[in-house]
Amino acid sequence: MTRETLLNIRGISKSYPGVKANEDVSFSIGVGEVHALLGENGAGKSTLVKMIYGLVKPDEGSMELRGKSYAPAEPSEARGLGVAMVFQHFSLFEALNVAENVALGMENPPPMRELAARIRAVSEEYGLPLDPARMVGDLSAGERQRVEIIRCLLQDPKLLIMDEPTSVLTPQEVEILFKTLRQLSAEGTAILYISHKLEEIRALCDGATILRRGKVVGTCVPRETTAREMAELMVGATLTPPERRATAKGEVVLGVTDLSAASPIPFGTSLKNIAFTVARGEVLGIAGVAGNGQDELLLALSGELRTGADRIRINGHAAGDLGPSERRKAGLVAAPEDRYGHGAAPDMSLVENALLTGAIRRNLTRNGFIDWAATRAFADEIIQTYDVRTPGNHVAARALSGGNLQKFLIGRELDQSPQVIVINQPTWGVDAAAAAAIRQAILNRAAEGAGVVVISQDLDELLEIADNFAVLNEGRLTRPRTVEGLTIDEIGLMMGGAHGMEVAHHAEA
Amino acid sequence: MLRLEKRPNPSKFWQYGTPVVAVALTMIVGGILFAFMGKNPVEVIRTIFWDPIFGEFAFYLRGQLLVKAGPLILIAIGLSLGFRAGIWNIGAEGQYIMGAICGAAVGLAVYPTESRLIFPAMVIAGALGGWAWAMIPAILKTRFNTNEILVSLMLVYVAQTILAKASTGFLKNPEGMGFPGSRNFSSFPAAANPELIAGTGIHWGVIAAFLVAIVGWVILSRHIIGFQIKLSGQAPRAARFHGVNPSRLVVLCMGVSGGLAGLAGLFEVTGPAGQISIDFNVGYGFTAIIVAFLGRLNPIGIVFAGILMALTYVGGEMAATNLGLPAAAIQVFQGMLLFFLLGVDVLTNFRIRTAILGVK
Repeated sequence: MTRETLLNIRGISKSYPGVKANEDVSFSIGVGEVHALLGENGAGKSTLVKMIYGLVKPDEGSMELRGKSYAPAEPSEARGLGVAMVFQHFSLFEALNVAENVALGMENPPPMRELAARIRAVSEEYGLPLDPARMVGDLSAGERQRVEIIRCLLQDPKLLIMDEPTSVLTPQEVEILFKTLRQLSAEGTAILYISHKLEEIRALCDGATILRRGKVVGTCVPRETTAREMAELMVGATLTPPERRATAKGEVVLGVTDLSAASPIPFGTSLKNIAFTVARGEVLGIAGVAGNGQDELLLALSGELRTGADRIRINGHAAGDLGPSERRKAGLVAAPEDRYGHGAAPDMSLVENALLTGAIRRNLTRNGFIDWAATRAFADEIIQTYDVRTPGNHVAARALSGGNLQKFLIGRELDQSPQVIVINQPTWGVDAAAAAAIRQAILNRAAEGAGVVVISQDLDELLEIADNFAVLNEGRLTRPRTVEGLTIDEIGLMMGGAHGMEVAHHAEA
Repeated sequence: MLRLEKRPNPSKFWQYGTPVVAVALTMIVGGILFAFMGKNPVEVIRTIFWDPIFGEFAFYLRGQLLVKAGPLILIAIGLSLGFRAGIWNIGAEGQYIMGAICGAAVGLAVYPTESRLIFPAMVIAGALGGWAWAMIPAILKTRFNTNEILVSLMLVYVAQTILAKASTGFLKNPEGMGFPGSRNFSSFPAAANPELIAGTGIHWGVIAAFLVAIVGWVILSRHIIGFQIKLSGQAPRAARFHGVNPSRLVVLCMGVSGGLAGLAGLFEVTGPAGQISIDFNVGYGFTAIIVAFLGRLNPIGIVFAGILMALTYVGGEMAATNLGLPAAAIQVFQGMLLFFLLGVDVLTNFRIRTAILGVK
């Protein structure tokens, strides 16, 4: 396939203090090509696209757009030249409607009525139905992404950069998105698609550039390459899936009945009649698209959000009205999704962060006075057992990479001999090797008799480690069922299918 | 082009270095200000910083140093706990006044009874007065989510009005020939807070300040409450995850800072000030905010900062009387100290990088 080259990148390098984010990266994208940028977290994908989008300036190297030198000083310049980007984390105001949000991102927004008409026209043309008058706070994650995509499409881009777009979508929604992207590609818009999900890339992309530690380690045509080959290029080693030992299931350690709670988070999702049980040695996987009540469920289980006493039972004892400290005393530990600021205090040292949740079960205080020697020993134990790469226990949590900090935080909870473990997004943003280690550690605790609840948006992860599977959708939990024999299609339907979006490509909305 | 870049780890050097640099910058810019006012900057700076300790009248002024530093330290340590937790009690001045009024009222009520119990009872009443005044913004915040900065600040003006009423009305000295102001505590030994060691300026308030500094240091560095305070300030969500009840922390921090401010007021009114009068307060409650930050919100640092600030008070008064400098200029000078401190503070978490346009 020969295409006219749209963007040519030559020898780009970018360093941050202590890290080379990109080193001598070269590749090119043709007009209308769907090009994958593949790599683990921390491989330098984000830095690279930020340079293309004008958010970061390269230290060395050059870029050419349609044969002309291209060095955007800021994103507005990139947008002016036809480069648009959909970020992984949306920058939308929940209290404004769709059209207002789109207008905020434009240099010279047209009058609202005209803009609304254009949004409608573009959304119908590309099979992404969206009502411009709706409040963003009421939209699902998939719909919010549409707002971002339409915002880009209104600028008639020549190159559309998409950063991990499917992490917030159900399998059915992914299909719809892919149809739209293929249509764009057929019309000549090039797409730079960033992901670490290999099957998606094989389904969608024409070419792929693989990054590892900031360098290009290979290129391939995804359709002709197996997922395994790509994974090994990406990770640079062969991966072993976690080992499962069949364990006899014991008595119920965590019981949740008819749990309903209003969300303490603005525009959050309230929990509605949630019920499940977890037995000793069992791993319950809870899937769902982001924003369907995962954060709220974790808060309700950790004790940050209190409910009726008998709604939650730990080891048979009513615990719904207990706070986090009392629940730890009762044997439940929790690890929230957001590491910087919720699970850990970013500016505090690892020792202080070890104390954060370890104080009670590890007996780190006497009459309220902190035993710093024991706390340091606990931090060192976690660092050693979980292979946390850090210069020492005194460094601030924010100085650790996402994967390393996650290993520390998961280790902190697992090393408290818990009876119940609740984890939200155990391996989000963690590189493959660390993710495998974390999953193995969770399974080991289950094998020792702990009951585990893993909330995750990564279906492959849940299918790998869970015994039972349920889906959280709009604050409701499906009845848990065994993982064996589940298909991706069934899971997708449990996740709410395409949230009524499938009409888009069949008929006019 | 200069730009700031976040440090991966907070700089230890700048954590301790900023107060020194801030003091130096204050001297330089303050000196320029004084020069513009037609004064000899070197002489003014020497009068403020050198003369009170080593000058001609040092034997008297050194005592004044602790008299001024005592209430500043006492109030600032209370404030620092809240500030660390992100709870901004700006109204220590009001709590200081209310502590003084409540404590004094207890003493004056039993005048002229002589008993060893009177002074301790006044101390307790003083602390309670300050505590109660601080509970108003605390409870409004926890119940109705009002802003404690505004409420506590506005209550200062209410307290000042009550003080005026007290000194001209309900606490006025019946034998005072109609002059405003209460009885003088120096003529009421059971309720007085005298200088304990002649010439040093040490009274019960100074002793309390040093004790509180030690207790504060132990709590912040060794006790789980101190950890929870720091955690709440740095990462509120992590604090809730740890198990901190934010409302209880607000009540605790506001209560402690209010109580200590009340204590400072009581010690001041029974000792150095001697009586309740319309202008008995001299802004210790506000200056203590500067002291708290200058001392890095660290109890030991606050002791030094309190003494340094007392120096600018004592030296400032000297400069005002000897060199004819207006009092406002001294206040600008003190304010500059906080300004430079907060400005230089950025260097703890950021470093300055120079970048040449285009090449970068």
